[in-house]
Amino acid sequence: MTTPPDGLAPDPSVPRPRSWGPWQTGLAILRRDLFVTGREFPIFLAQVILQPLFLLFVFGKVLTQLGYARPGYAEVLFPGLVALAAVLTGLQSTALPLVIEFSYSNEIEDRLLAPLPIGGVALEKVVIAALRAAIAAAVMFPIGVWLLGSIPWTAGAAAGVVAMTLIGSLLGASMGLVLGTFVSPNRINVTFALVLTPLLFTGSSQYPWPSLSHIRWFQVVSACNPMTYVSEGLRGLMVPSVPHIQTWICFVAAIGAWLVLTAIGMIGFLRRAQG
Amino acid sequence: MTGSENGPAVEVTDLVKRYPKAPVDSVAGITFGVRRGEVFGFLGPNGAGKTTTIGILTTRIRLTGGQARVAGVDVMSDPVGARRVLGVVPQQNNLDRSLSVRQNLLFHASYHGVPRAVRKARADELLSQFGLDDRPDGRPDDFSGGQIQRMMIARALMHAPAVLFLDEPSTGLDPAARLFMWERVAQLKAEGTTVVITTHDMEEATVLSDRVAIIDHGKLLALDAPAALVRDMAGERTLDCSVDPGRAVDAGAVHRELVKLAAVDRVEDLDDPGVAGWRFRVYVQGETAPLVAVAAQAIADAGGRLTDVRLGEPTLEDVFIHLTGRSLR
Repeated sequence: MTTPPDGLAPDPSVPRPRSWGPWQTGLAILRRDLFVTGREFPIFLAQVILQPLFLLFVFGKVLTQLGYARPGYAEVLFPGLVALAAVLTGLQSTALPLVIEFSYSNEIEDRLLAPLPIGGVALEKVVIAALRAAIAAAVMFPIGVWLLGSIPWTAGAAAGVVAMTLIGSLLGASMGLVLGTFVSPNRINVTFALVLTPLLFTGSSQYPWPSLSHIRWFQVVSACNPMTYVSEGLRGLMVPSVPHIQTWICFVAAIGAWLVLTAIGMIGFLRRAQG
Repeated sequence: MTGSENGPAVEVTDLVKRYPKAPVDSVAGITFGVRRGEVFGFLGPNGAGKTTTIGILTTRIRLTGGQARVAGVDVMSDPVGARRVLGVVPQQNNLDRSLSVRQNLLFHASYHGVPRAVRKARADELLSQFGLDDRPDGRPDDFSGGQIQRMMIARALMHAPAVLFLDEPSTGLDPAARLFMWERVAQLKAEGTTVVITTHDMEEATVLSDRVAIIDHGKLLALDAPAALVRDMAGERTLDCSVDPGRAVDAGAVHRELVKLAAVDRVEDLDDPGVAGWRFRVYVQGETAPLVAVAAQAIADAGGRLTDVRLGEPTLEDVFIHLTGRSLR
């Protein structure tokens, strides 16, 4: 790093710690996002919880009680809805703000002019989105207990469940980074409609993937949705008795998809951020 | 590390920017320096390359060729270091709408590592300096354009940048807000901050800048103090005289007396049917003001009476039209 020549040093009456580096700037930006998220926490929760809540209620409780779904279905569904909450909340927490900040509000400029590499701004977006997503996924557990009476759980799987939920949150955030930087603002509405619904219903959240062997084409489509590996991973950890994709495959696929999407999203972000 | 204590605040060498797929360079090889502590005006019509140049200097746009340094820091090789020492006030409102006015200032300073106690004191000081201390907890959306402008300047000053970039700061401001902004820029200069300002407002450039760079089509056409640029425009000073005929025999007599005066190039009779009396345009070498009394006497000698006078000084606008062949507006 270059230091400015003496006579040009910024006003000495505004001291800055000598050790101040890009990481601290990144953390300061993260603090701003935590501050805003914290202040609007109830609204944020309502935003992210409503969809999985209703899915769980209708599919897991109502249909089961009416006899249209088998009694064990709620157990199959619940891990999938945790995955859904993580991935979708992550996606929405990066994609929409990015589209707005790059086009309409320009709010992102103050961060792009902060002393950290531009990629750091993108990374921070992914981190805060993943945090929000992890909170949304975590809230699904008390909701599950409240709605279903009990949720599938084995104490030994706790660490794996936490890890997979975090990976799902990061994965969703990076999907949003790609969407938010590659889609032009005037097409974001139609893109959201075209992406969200298929993502929602091909991510193996409402069905175990191996059971699709009779609908081969749909099984192939589902295998292409990275969310499938989060759903299946959580399902394997929480309800091992249900047929599922092997857990290690799920981790490798989810982490791999996250890395690839993050790399693509970074390229998109740098393209948008620098002329 | 380059530059010295006397090094320029901004140093641009053979700067070129060509956007992908663009047929021509937006910035076509410009070289200039901004001295420490001066207000430097960037004057040019829309699309001339000013905003691109500022974008490069503020690390938001990658240059295609040449070199650019801000406070001695190379913006290409060390953009993070450059962002530490520069402040930017953009054309459009980019304040954080989720935060209050005061929080906008505080968080900005936190990004730049200003310690908590310092940033609180500085935020209060800047809020009061910029007349924003009556509603520090309001959201940006509830303020007028002039107030937004002030907030963005105050925010940019939170980390005490060595060089402040203002991109068309008075666009869309009412006259009072514009005047306030000018006063603030003058004060910043007095406090030693280097200010680089882009504008297509001739008056603004004249009033604010120590030196003005005129650019068009990505090229630097002239660079000097506004007064010096204007001084070089010879033979453009005029004195318009309205004369009450009084005892004068005819307009020709007055005309002849005026032509006799020293420093007068020529005199033109102005036909103005709507106005009673005679009007003359006197073309002057050098300063016009000292000539007023002399002309009044000459007119009196011819028997007439000077009733109104208007001094025509060339403006930066004339310089601009002379250089670019077109008007800014």
